[in-house]
Amino acid sequence: MTQRIPVVEKILSANDRLALENQARFDGAHVLALNFMASPGAGKTSLIEQTVKGLQGHLRIGMINGDIATSMDADRAQAAGAIAVQINTGGDCHLDAVMVQSAIAQLDLTVLDLVIIENVGNLICPAEFKLGTHKSVLVASIPEGDDKPYKYPGMYRGVDAVVINKIDLLPYVPFRMDFFKKGIEVLNPGVTQFVLSCRTGEGLSGWLEWLQKQVKEYRKV
Amino acid sequence: MHELAVTESVLEIAIRHAREQKARKITNLYLVIGQWSNVVDDSVQFYWDIISEGTIAKGATLHFRRVKVELICQDCGQEYQPANDNLACPKCGSTHVKVKTGEEFSLEAIDVEE
Repeated sequence: MTQRIPVVEKILSANDRLALENQARFDGAHVLALNFMASPGAGKTSLIEQTVKGLQGHLRIGMINGDIATSMDADRAQAAGAIAVQINTGGDCHLDAVMVQSAIAQLDLTVLDLVIIENVGNLICPAEFKLGTHKSVLVASIPEGDDKPYKYPGMYRGVDAVVINKIDLLPYVPFRMDFFKKGIEVLNPGVTQFVLSCRTGEGLSGWLEWLQKQVKEYRKV
Repeated sequence: MHELAVTESVLEIAIRHAREQKARKITNLYLVIGQWSNVVDDSVQFYWDIISEGTIAKGATLHFRRVKVELICQDCGQEYQPANDNLACPKCGSTHVKVKTGEEFSLEAIDVEE
């Protein structure tokens, strides 16, 4: 006999549960964790380098880097002064809570204030998988074009801050900032935004101040 | 691209619920997928046929209920489906809107045989 069973369970609930465990690990060590997401080449690693250099002496930063292959990004972060762990996803287009769990085990959280997880460059899949981070940051960049919020609404909806990188290229690339920001405004009203260039350093100070404030506020809780 | 992970999760949830009911076989699965959740039906179906092999869910049919994106304007109350390149309210132009539907991503029910 056939019987219908109501399930009503979120499809990625197992990942979500594990993400909560990861968050508990971070909380246990009083470490704020961020999930950096972006398309390939938007400047995630450059922003991490600038962040590590800019906050040297203020915050101790660890980095978990997810890439399909190589440890080039983790090496760059390490050279800038971060304690870095590389995850090679071997073809997976996103990080998930399981991969992050094993990476956390390789980090000594007791000597850190902040962990930045650099997700695989991709504007689709990473949005679906929680990692256990406290905040998510989307790094967008001018050459990607101003239509990205409209094309990847899922990504723009779930983040706590949007960094618009490579503004030094604005004179050379058609990019309607109003159109771009209007898309973000609908998808994620009031989301914190930073307009900056990792190459020239323009606008970086606002980002660094925000990050320090996030760590301070997190510690109060 | 992430459909394999999604499909594995669907299988795990379905088998767990079927076992709780002491069912021997899963025959149908009913999935709800919002337009803004990034899942491709055909891909899920493709992986399903492979990974359900050898489980109590082998041969089960996947049913996809697609839910369109609907937004509600917080200023004038208009409910609407957004245009491609304009997400703002078509009536009053406000960008102060909320997502009503379109982000669903769950397994609603399964049919089992005892």
